[in-house]
Amino acid sequence: MRDSARRDAVKITLLALGCLAMIAWFIGQGLTIDNYQFFLSLRFPKVLAIILAAIAIATSSLVFQTITNNRILTPSILGFDNLYVLIQVLFVVALGSAHAWITSPMVNFILSCFVMIGFSLLLFYFYFKRLGRNIFTLILIGIICGSLFSSVTDFLTMVIDPNEFTNVQDAMFASFNNINGELVYLSTLPLVLCLAGFMFYSRQLDVLWLGTDNATSLGLDPVRITRRIMVLVTVMVSIATALVGPVLFLGLIVVSLTRELFNSYRHRTLILASSLLAVLLLIAGQWFVENVLTFQTTISVLINLAGGSYFLFLLMRNRIN
Amino acid sequence: MIKLTGLSKKYGKTFVVRDASALFPKGEVTSVIGPNGAGKSTLLSMASRLTGSDAGVVLIGEKLLAQWDTRELARHLAVLRQSNSINMRFTIRELVSFGRFPHTQGRLHDNDNNIIDNALEHLGITDFQHRYIDELSGGQRQMAFIAMVVAQDTDYVFLDEPLNNLDIKHSVEIMHTLRDLAHKLNKAVVIVIHDINFASCYSDRIVAMKQGEVIKEGTVAEVVCKEVMESIYEIPFDIQEIGNQRICLYYNS
Repeated sequence: MRDSARRDAVKITLLALGCLAMIAWFIGQGLTIDNYQFFLSLRFPKVLAIILAAIAIATSSLVFQTITNNRILTPSILGFDNLYVLIQVLFVVALGSAHAWITSPMVNFILSCFVMIGFSLLLFYFYFKRLGRNIFTLILIGIICGSLFSSVTDFLTMVIDPNEFTNVQDAMFASFNNINGELVYLSTLPLVLCLAGFMFYSRQLDVLWLGTDNATSLGLDPVRITRRIMVLVTVMVSIATALVGPVLFLGLIVVSLTRELFNSYRHRTLILASSLLAVLLLIAGQWFVENVLTFQTTISVLINLAGGSYFLFLLMRNRIN
Repeated sequence: MIKLTGLSKKYGKTFVVRDASALFPKGEVTSVIGPNGAGKSTLLSMASRLTGSDAGVVLIGEKLLAQWDTRELARHLAVLRQSNSINMRFTIRELVSFGRFPHTQGRLHDNDNNIIDNALEHLGITDFQHRYIDELSGGQRQMAFIAMVVAQDTDYVFLDEPLNNLDIKHSVEIMHTLRDLAHKLNKAVVIVIHDINFASCYSDRIVAMKQGEVIKEGTVAEVVCKEVMESIYEIPFDIQEIGNQRICLYYNS
C-alpha cells in the first residue's frame, strides 16, 4: 500500500530530524569559542556511545522478537546482563580490584566481550548441534543460566571485601557519564558490521513472520537463519553491554513503541525506525539525567522505571500477543 | 511428477508412516484420504521437505529431494500447512506478494504484480486485497493463503486440509481453483482432505491411508469403492453413482 509507505517515510523523516536536533542541542549546549575543545572531546564520545548502544539494543531486540515469534522477549532473557555483571565480579574476586584487567577499561572491555560472546556461542553450538532446533528450549536454558549467574553474583558480592564491592557496583548500572572514548571508537566497526548483517537478512526476516513452515515453502532455511541472527544478536548485545552496562530493558520499550507507530512488516523500515526512536529516547533520557536530575542517578534507573511502567501498561491493555 | 518410494517416519519406536509409496503426477489433483492419525499430514510434510524422513526417497521431477537447493526448490514446489497463525499485521495483498519471494527475493517487478493480481482474481479476493488479514473471516484468510501459494506459481502444490473450517461455497470455490491449477496450468496438486465426497468429486487420483500405510492408490473409481472405504474407515459404506460422481453415504451406519 502506497499510502502507508508514504506515511512511514514521513514519520521516519520526522524522527530523524528529531534525533538530529536532540544530538545538536546535546553537543552544542553552552559551547563558546573558549571551551569548545574541552566540551566536544567529552561530549562527542558520549553521544557516539549513546547512538551505538541505542541502535544495537533496539535492532537486536527487534530481530530477536522476529526469530522467536514473540513480542515481549528481548535478548536480555538469555542472561547477557547477568553474565556481564558476573564477569566483573569474578575478575575482582579472582584478581583483586587493583589488577589491570579491572583498572584498564580497554582490557576489561575486550575480555568481557570475548567471554560473553564465547560463552553464548558455546551454548548455541552445543544447543544447535545436540538438541536440534526449537528455539524456546534455548531460551529456557538462557533463563536458567541467567538466574544462575545472578545468584553466583549475589553470593560473591556478599563475601567480598566491601571496598572491592564498590568497584563492582559501578559495573552493575548502565551509565554514559564516564564513557571511555577509545572503547567507543573500537566498538563502532563491529556494531556497524552486525547492523549491516541485519539489513542483509532483512527481507528473509520479513518472510519469517509467516512461520517456519511457510518460510520453508518459500525457500528459506529457518534454522540456519535463526542461528546466524542469534550470532549477530549476541555480538551486538555483548558489545553494547560491555560498553555502557546493562540497559536491555530499553529494547522492549523501543521495539514496542516502534510497532505502535509504524504499521509496517518490513524489517528495513522497522530497523531504521527503532534505531532512530532508541537514539531519541536515550539522548533525551541522558539529558534528563544530566540537567534535571543533576547526575543524582544513572540512566538505567530511568530506563527501568519507564520500561517497567510501560510493560505494566502493555499488560493492562492486554495487547501482548 | 513426484514419486515417493518406501517413505517411513517414526517418533520413538512408533511408526507414523511406514513404507509408503505414492505417485503425484502433473496435470492431476491427487487427494490423500484416511482417518485421523493415518499419517496423511506427515506424508505430505515429508514429500514437501517440511519434515525429514527416516527411510525412503522422494523424487521431485528429475532430482531427489536431498539434491535440490532449497531456494531453487521453492520455485517448483509450494506447500501450505493447515494452521497459519501469524503474529504480524499484513494486508491480503502483502501476504500474497510473499508468494513471489522465491522468484524475486523480495523485489517486485511489473510481471510479479500481474501474477499477484491474477492470483487474487482467481480466488475472488481482489475486492478486499487492502484489508488486514486479522480483520477477515477464517474462510477469507484461507483464500488469501491459497492465493499466496498460487502466486508462487510452482509445478507442485501441496495443501494440508485446505477446506478446514470452510463453508460449502468457499470449499467449492477452492476445489474449482485447485482443479483449474491442475488441468489448465498442468500442475501437480496434492491435498490432504477429510471430506471424502469432495475428494471423490474433484480429484483425479486418490491415495488412501490407514495407520501409517498406503492401503490403496489409484483413480477415483479404483479407490472410492465399498471394500476400500469400509476397510480404512471401519464403518459400513453405501456408495452411489450420481451423474458420473461417486458419492459416499455413511450417515446411517
